Amino acid sequence: MKKENILKVEDLTVSFSRYQKGFHKTSLEVIHSLSLEVNSGEIVAVVGSSGSGKSLLAHAVLQLLPQNAKTKGEILYRGNSLGEKQSRKLLGREISFIPQSVDYLDPLMRVGAQVQGVYGTKERQQMLFQQFGLAQDTQQKYPFQLSGGMARRVLISAALMENAKLMIADEPTPGLSVDLAMDTLKYFRNVADQGAGVLLITHDIDLALQVADRIAVFYAGTILELAPTEDFVKGGQALRHPYSRAFMSALPQNEFQPLAGSQPYAGNLPKGCLFAQRCSLCDEQCKSEDAALMRQVAGGKVRCIHAIDQDRNREIGNRHQAMAGI
Amino acid sequence: MQLTVEGISFRYGKRLPWILKDVDFTIKSGQRIGLLGTSGYGKSTLGKILAGYEKPIEGKVLLDGRALDDKGYCPVQMIHQHPELAVNPRWKMRQILYEAYTPEEKLLQQMGLELSWLNRWPRELSGGELQRFCIARALAPETKFLVCDEITTMLDVITQAQIWQFLLEVAEKRQLGMVIITHNPELGKRVCTDVVRIDELGT
Repeated sequence: MKKENILKVEDLTVSFSRYQKGFHKTSLEVIHSLSLEVNSGEIVAVVGSSGSGKSLLAHAVLQLLPQNAKTKGEILYRGNSLGEKQSRKLLGREISFIPQSVDYLDPLMRVGAQVQGVYGTKERQQMLFQQFGLAQDTQQKYPFQLSGGMARRVLISAALMENAKLMIADEPTPGLSVDLAMDTLKYFRNVADQGAGVLLITHDIDLALQVADRIAVFYAGTILELAPTEDFVKGGQALRHPYSRAFMSALPQNEFQPLAGSQPYAGNLPKGCLFAQRCSLCDEQCKSEDAALMRQVAGGKVRCIHAIDQDRNREIGNRHQAMAGI
Repeated sequence: MQLTVEGISFRYGKRLPWILKDVDFTIKSGQRIGLLGTSGYGKSTLGKILAGYEKPIEGKVLLDGRALDDKGYCPVQMIHQHPELAVNPRWKMRQILYEAYTPEEKLLQQMGLELSWLNRWPRELSGGELQRFCIARALAPETKFLVCDEITTMLDVITQAQIWQFLLEVAEKRQLGMVIITHNPELGKRVCTDVVRIDELGT
């Protein structure tokens, strides 16, 4: 199957305008120069700091941002610019969305009817409920009668009603047991293998490692590293950014060692590298504008001036050795 | 101190099936019990009963042999799974955080909470940031037991590790008892002293 570009986000910037002290208006930039692609047959996992703008990216793509948000840059769906009008048409048909919060369910509507929606059928809804281990009487219930994990599965079923070309899942698995979460992600894998593109925002990085093709690491409103999943499985030096390494070592099955400090506030970002304040490799160079640029290193992309291309170094080393006649 | 439930049964309506039936459960100060089990089997419901949000239909909840007081600050505090549903959307964060007590500034720093966030509305914060407010809110000096219902699933792993290291430190120092509901077995291994499965409680 020919690979098709499903979603392309290019140089996206999102800012919010807010009122401060009476009529004084200020603008807060929460996503900066972000580029990301999702191709058909591919799951791209988005991990990273909470509050780094992962959900905002999803909402920007879906045109769900509130009134006071301004976006710059381009969002292309299958080569066409995705505006408000187009997304209205595509949402729920070609583009499906699993929201992060379970309060996206209508509290006054039985969940069966909500999942069927406008275009769906009862048969498919019942099939999906069965697939995700929801009892048949669940469709008669209202959202408040469901447990956290059940509500989550209702949201997932709703997103799978149509055969979407692009699926955006914003943390689909919290509240689910490990088996159920894994089943869900395997289902996503199937969806992707049938030619859709999946953007999977998640904190369950160990699960993401098992299904995703590429992983993007978010921090303070942009992507710090974008690399194939294998590099994250290997961990350590295979990763290009110190934040990605700290991220992996904070996992409970690894060292469970937190990195001190917190992500800089969007209204008070440092110059140059966004991670500089918490980085052990930080030096003068990191404060230059140049340090914040995305660069290609060893088959991945990274925003770090100290990222070393080990393969290339080795190659250069070998060449030097050859020249020296060793 | 010891928090006990004796033979409690619970259902959400007269004609609905029992969610908990004849459940016995005990936790002592300093203990951290991981509560595991399938989604929809009543883990959060048991948590709500422990913290006094729901009254059991049969059975009793006892703190050191006495029933929990309905009035005043409840020494059993619960931190919920969905922070966005656990805060008043019409209050600013300052009012939400200071409702029960006034936390020290040092605590806010340790939790990674910026003072400027106190002037924001709940919908202007991310899920992870809200959850940290909810945790800080539950840590008044009167708190003796904490029910943590999937409190870090919506957080990134670095913040998860930060919060757990911090909570464990506070729990050790104050000898808090904690009931920890989680689906992450690796996290359970790290933070819990004992593990209980919900389907093995009661009948």
